[in-house]
Amino acid sequence: MLEDHAKIAAIIKQAGVIAGRKKLQKMIYILQTMGFPFHETFHFNFFGPHSDELTMQLEELCNFGFLLEHPDEESDGITYRYRLSEAGEGFIGHYKEILPDVRNMTEKLSGESASFLELVSTLLYFDQIPGESANEKVRALDRPFSDKEIGRARVYIADLQAERADLSFSK
Amino acid sequence: MTGFEKLNEEKVFKDPVHRYIHVRDRLIWELIGTPEFQRLRRIRQLGTTFLTFHGAEHSRFGHSLGVYEIARRVIDIFKSRGDWDDSETMLSLCAALLHDVGHGPFSHSFEKVFGTNHEQFTQKIILGDTEIHRVLAQVSPDFPKKVADVIGKTYENRLVVSLISSQIDADRMDYLLRDAYFTGVSYGHFDMERIWRVMRPVGDQIVFKSSGMHAVEDYIMSRYQMYWQVYFHPVTRSAEVILTQILHRAKRLYNEGFSFKNVPLQMVSLFEGKMSLKDYLRLDESVIMYYFQVWQDEEDEILRDLCSRFMNRRLFKYMQLSKDQLYADEELSGAFREAGIDPEYYLEVDSSSDCPYDFYRPGEEEERRPIQLKMPDGSLHELSRESDVVGAITGKRRTDHKLYFPKDMVLSLPDDLPAKKRIIELLHI
Repeated sequence: MLEDHAKIAAIIKQAGVIAGRKKLQKMIYILQTMGFPFHETFHFNFFGPHSDELTMQLEELCNFGFLLEHPDEESDGITYRYRLSEAGEGFIGHYKEILPDVRNMTEKLSGESASFLELVSTLLYFDQIPGESANEKVRALDRPFSDKEIGRARVYIADLQAERADLSFSK
Repeated sequence: MTGFEKLNEEKVFKDPVHRYIHVRDRLIWELIGTPEFQRLRRIRQLGTTFLTFHGAEHSRFGHSLGVYEIARRVIDIFKSRGDWDDSETMLSLCAALLHDVGHGPFSHSFEKVFGTNHEQFTQKIILGDTEIHRVLAQVSPDFPKKVADVIGKTYENRLVVSLISSQIDADRMDYLLRDAYFTGVSYGHFDMERIWRVMRPVGDQIVFKSSGMHAVEDYIMSRYQMYWQVYFHPVTRSAEVILTQILHRAKRLYNEGFSFKNVPLQMVSLFEGKMSLKDYLRLDESVIMYYFQVWQDEEDEILRDLCSRFMNRRLFKYMQLSKDQLYADEELSGAFREAGIDPEYYLEVDSSSDCPYDFYRPGEEEERRPIQLKMPDGSLHELSRESDVVGAITGKRRTDHKLYFPKDMVLSLPDDLPAKKRIIELLHI
C-alpha cells in the first residue's frame, strides 16, 4: 500500500539518523541512479537533483508518526534530523520482502556532507544526459566545488558503482 | 534566416487570463506554428479534472502561450529598469513558450504506468528531428541546446532559469490564474501585476520587495487553496486512479497476448517499452479517449468496466485512511478476491505525495531556493519568517491518504455472500 514510503523509512533505519533533508534527497537520488528500486521523480534545481514527491513522503511519514523529525537551529539555518520511531519499525515490518538491504552503502552516504552529496548527485545527473560533459557543467553552474572535490567525487562514484556491482553478483 | 527578426505586424491571441498575448518576433510565431506545438491544443492542462470541474477543458497550448506572455511582460519591466541582459531575452521567451512541449496525454498516469518522462521528451523534441528544432537552430546551432538547458534548469544563467522555474515563476503564475478561471473557482486569484512590479533580480535570483509581501502572500494562499480544492480534489483523483488502472490493464492484456477487438496500434510501442519520439508525438488525448471509448466493447471484463466507468463518470468512492487502517488492505484484498473483485484494479491508495506539486515549503538552507523578500536595508529574508500567513501554512503539515474502491460493485454483490459483509465493515459503507 505504501511501499515507496516503506523504502524511505528503511533507508533511514539503516542509516540510524539522517542529518538533513538535503542529504536525504541526495542519498535517495544516488541510490536510485545505482539501480535500487526507488521510484520518486527528481528534477534538477539550484542545488542538484530534488524530488517534491520525496519531500511529501517525508511529511506523510512524520504525520503518521513513523519518523521522528528533530529541527536543529545551526548558524547557517535549520537542519532536520530524521530517525525511525517505534511505530515506524512496525510499519516497515509489513514490507520486509521489498526493502533493499543497502546498509553499507547507506552508512557510507550518510557519513558524507550534504554538500558533497550534492556534488556527487549533480555529476550523476549530468552523466545521464547524452553529449554533456558533467565535470564541465558542474564548473559552469558556479557552485563552490573545486577540481579537487570533483576528482574526489569521481573516485567516490566509482567506489559506489563497484560496491553496487558486488551486490548484484552476490545475489 | 529567422534569427531575431521582427514580424511586419504584431500578432495577437485573445486570451481570457491576459486579455491579449502579443507576438512580435518571427521566431516565436514560427515556433507556435510547428506541429509539435500545435499538438498541445489536444492535451488538457488539468488531465482528468474536467470530470470534476466541467470547465477545465483548457489545453496546454493556451497555458504555454500564457507563460510566454508573462515572461515577455516581466522582461519588459526588468529592461525598463536596466535590470536585464537583453541578449538572454529571446532564449527566455523560447524556453517559456516550450517549457511544456513534451507533455503527453494524461502525463501523470502515463508516466506512472509506462515510465515515460515528459521532461525527457521536452528535451528530445527540442534537440531531436523536429520542426521545433529546425526553427530554433536557425538562430544558431547551439541555440536549441540552450533552450533545453533553461527548461531543464541546468542553464548557467540562473536568473533566466528563475524566470521560468522557481517558487514564483511565469509557469505557476499562469497556471494558477488559468486553472482558477477555467474551473470556475474563486480562490485562485492574486494580483499578478503587483507581483511583477515588486520582482527584483538580485544576483542570480529573483526576489521581492518587502512592500509587496501581501501580494506574494495572496499568491501562496492561491497555491494552497488550488492544491486542496482543485489539484488534489478527491473526485479528480478517483478519475486518475481509474485511468491509471485502465492503462495497467491494457498493458498487461497486450503483454499476455490478449486479442483486442480494437487493437491499440498507436500504443503498441508504449506497451513494448520502445516508444520513439515520432510515436510519442502522435499520441494525444483524442487518441487515448478513442481507445477508452471502443474498449468498452472488449471481451475483457475488467478493461470493459474500467473504460465504461471513465467514459460515463462512474467513479470510485473513497474512504479516508488513518494510520490504524494502513494495514487493512491485506484483509480487504482477501475479501475482494473472495467476492470475485480483483483488488489489483479495484483497490487503490492515493496519497498527497502522488500529486505533490505546488506546495510551498521553504526547506533547509540549500535544499531548494525559497522565496526571499528584499528588506529596505537590502538584506534578504525568507518569506515564511516575515509573513504570519505563510508561516502558518508552511508550519502546519497537512497530508492525506485515501483508499479508492467501486462502492456500486460491492453493493451489487449477493447479500448472502460473507465477503460482502466483511468488505462493508472494513470500508465503513
